[in-house]
Amino acid sequence: MSKADAAAAILWIGATFYALFGGADFGGGLWDLVAGDAERGERPRALIQRSLTPVWEANHVWLIFVLVVLWTAFPPAFSAVFSTLYVPIALAALGIVLRGAGFAFRKSIEGLSGRRAMGATFALSSVLTPFFMGTVVGAIATGNVPPDGNGDAFSSWLEPLPLLTGAMFVATGAYLAAVFLIGDARRAGEVELERYFVRRAMGAAAIAGLAAAAGLVALHAEARYVFDRLVDQGRPLAILSALCGIALLAVLLRGGRRPLRPLAGGAVVAVIWGWGVAQFPYLLPTSLRIDQAAAPDPTLVAVFAVFAAAALLVLPSLALLYALSQRDLLEAEH
Amino acid sequence: MLPLDALPLAAESSNLLAAREQMAFTLGFHIVLASLGVALPATILAANYLGLKRGDRDAIELARRWSKAMAVTFAVGAVTGTVLSFEFGLLWPGFMDRWGGVFGVAFAIEGIFFFIEAIFLAIYIYGWKRLGGWAHFWSGVPMVVTGIGGAFSVVAANAWMNQPQGFTLNRAGEVIDTDPLRVLFNPATGYEVPHMILAAYMVTGFLVASIYAVGMLRGRRDRLHRLGLLIPLTIACVATPFQLFVGDTAAREIADHQPAKFAGMECIEETGAHQTEYLGGICTEDGVKGAIGIPDLNSFLVGWSADTEVTGLNDIPPDERPPANTLLHLSFDAMVGIGSALMLLAVWLALAWWRRREIPPTPWFLRAAAASGAGAIVALWCGWIVTEVGRQPWIVQGHMRTSEAVTEADGIWFSFGGVLLLYAALGTTAVLVLRGMSRRWREQGAEPEREGPYAPQKQGGGVAG
Repeated sequence: MSKADAAAAILWIGATFYALFGGADFGGGLWDLVAGDAERGERPRALIQRSLTPVWEANHVWLIFVLVVLWTAFPPAFSAVFSTLYVPIALAALGIVLRGAGFAFRKSIEGLSGRRAMGATFALSSVLTPFFMGTVVGAIATGNVPPDGNGDAFSSWLEPLPLLTGAMFVATGAYLAAVFLIGDARRAGEVELERYFVRRAMGAAAIAGLAAAAGLVALHAEARYVFDRLVDQGRPLAILSALCGIALLAVLLRGGRRPLRPLAGGAVVAVIWGWGVAQFPYLLPTSLRIDQAAAPDPTLVAVFAVFAAAALLVLPSLALLYALSQRDLLEAEH
Repeated sequence: MLPLDALPLAAESSNLLAAREQMAFTLGFHIVLASLGVALPATILAANYLGLKRGDRDAIELARRWSKAMAVTFAVGAVTGTVLSFEFGLLWPGFMDRWGGVFGVAFAIEGIFFFIEAIFLAIYIYGWKRLGGWAHFWSGVPMVVTGIGGAFSVVAANAWMNQPQGFTLNRAGEVIDTDPLRVLFNPATGYEVPHMILAAYMVTGFLVASIYAVGMLRGRRDRLHRLGLLIPLTIACVATPFQLFVGDTAAREIADHQPAKFAGMECIEETGAHQTEYLGGICTEDGVKGAIGIPDLNSFLVGWSADTEVTGLNDIPPDERPPANTLLHLSFDAMVGIGSALMLLAVWLALAWWRRREIPPTPWFLRAAAASGAGAIVALWCGWIVTEVGRQPWIVQGHMRTSEAVTEADGIWFSFGGVLLLYAALGTTAVLVLRGMSRRWREQGAEPEREGPYAPQKQGGGVAG
């Protein structure tokens, strides 16, 4: 493995964490959005708020991690993507601001109408943000980002594959969130809420599966290089993802209660790494290879050092945060 | 009439101006929240420590309230900081394309610090009830360390833009080798980083203190208010003399390393010895108008002798001179002026405390303290104007012009307009939310508890205290 490939692997690891945890937080926003009026949605919303409050900011930092590793280790790729896909990227940034601010303000603002406005802002932007992020990823896979950047601002992402990828991002987040919330509801002893999120997890799994199937068709039509490698080199991972998804559905249908999170996470992680394998050795298929885009070696070595620090310091800290949060030692209402 | 070939140039420079305005505005907004992110944890922990050590319930209550306010400011700071990292690519793709691999490492390090800060901030803010007193206190300490580490990394990246080093270029101007340690520890890091960290402590301390000073002026002179004034004010006042020293060193370094920036901010037209120090005024090509001039002082401040030669704008090629000299000059003077006034406030407090162990008993002291928060923020903005506008027309001093870095994308004025509206709403709501929290604390003594986001308040469920 070359240094550039190792840096790309670090990028993918960051993206995996962001998809798992950041994605689930966006999914929580989606379930808040569709929870119905204030009375009917009160209990699920309370659970979502309790689950998200202590962790969403830390989870969000994985996005920063991905951005800085991308621009440090692969500056031309960063520049090409941002100078081409600036419309969905700017919309995603808008969504990030509204999601975070809306969520933080809802807890602290006075008056029901103010809280509703903040809640709607949070919930709606929790759906739009992952959608636009998905269009960016889909547009990259389609090969619509020229290596020198400044590609078409609209036709680059307003195509079936990018739009389907956006939908897949939203559905995947909703799926992860529902599965995580099943566990949170069980821990809180809320049997009814547990069933509530079981139904939603199954629904989201079905939609994510459909979007993935449609995505495969679009991939075949629009991103042939990626498709060919996905069904060839990436096949074990694609199969693993499907198996995890099916196993999870089977567990839920039989009323089983574990293992839910590992299966849901496994399904998502396998897709992300399948996509990585399918794009290899390109960052921008098929015009910019990982080694062509890589920064000089000393920079890559510094990125490795930073990654080592993250593994030694951030991961244990995150584990502590999750452990405290899961043992109810942290309280949203402090 | 304009020749036709000048038109695309005009369009390009319009994009450049819009991108610079948007960057300046979003950075100016974020820098206040970032300062709170750096220094509020230490302020809170100071109150928390006093509370635990002396069994002081007022101090604990202050720490608890400030940590709730920090939950709001940190969230807004996290999203506005994210916007800045998006803007690197959205507004300055040319900059990132060539230099991302050089200075990016600083941001990668910052990412780790920010990560750890976000994690322990959550543990501290949401751990009040269930974690034991001292365990809870120690869970907050990593925030202080990572806040300083994060500020170091980000400001080191900015320092590198002013004093770039640690890279090798080929004939085509492409980066072929890097030295990340030399990037991080460039000549400007030594003064920019402490200058910003001290500024963060001053902004936070004076700002929090000013809120309690206003409360005391309105007659709320209870122990909570006195403590709420004294703890942050003491921190800010301790930082201030160090800041004057660091700032003075920074100005001399800039005279040495970035003579164009120094000439711009001091309105020096002609190179030579015996330079006059101008306070205020408008910079013109025929000298400074309407300023108070102190003969020889500028040369003396630069080199400890009136004979020190200082470079003037006449020795800088016209296309390498910073724009808006008057803005630069007045910003610099305002920063120094406010800093000196805050120093007087610090001396006032120190004398009163030394003699009587008491806040100076005059309302004028409270009025000065009430103004100090806004003053510190204005000084912070002025400092960044000097740093950033003074570096123009370069984005990487001597290596890349800002005009080469800017995006070719359409609609930057449109996005700037959208950002203005968004941030106006964001800032207004944040202030309303914080004011509402403060009002509820005054009325009820504590926050009401709610089960869900839209649920009614629980009767009598508030935390006493």
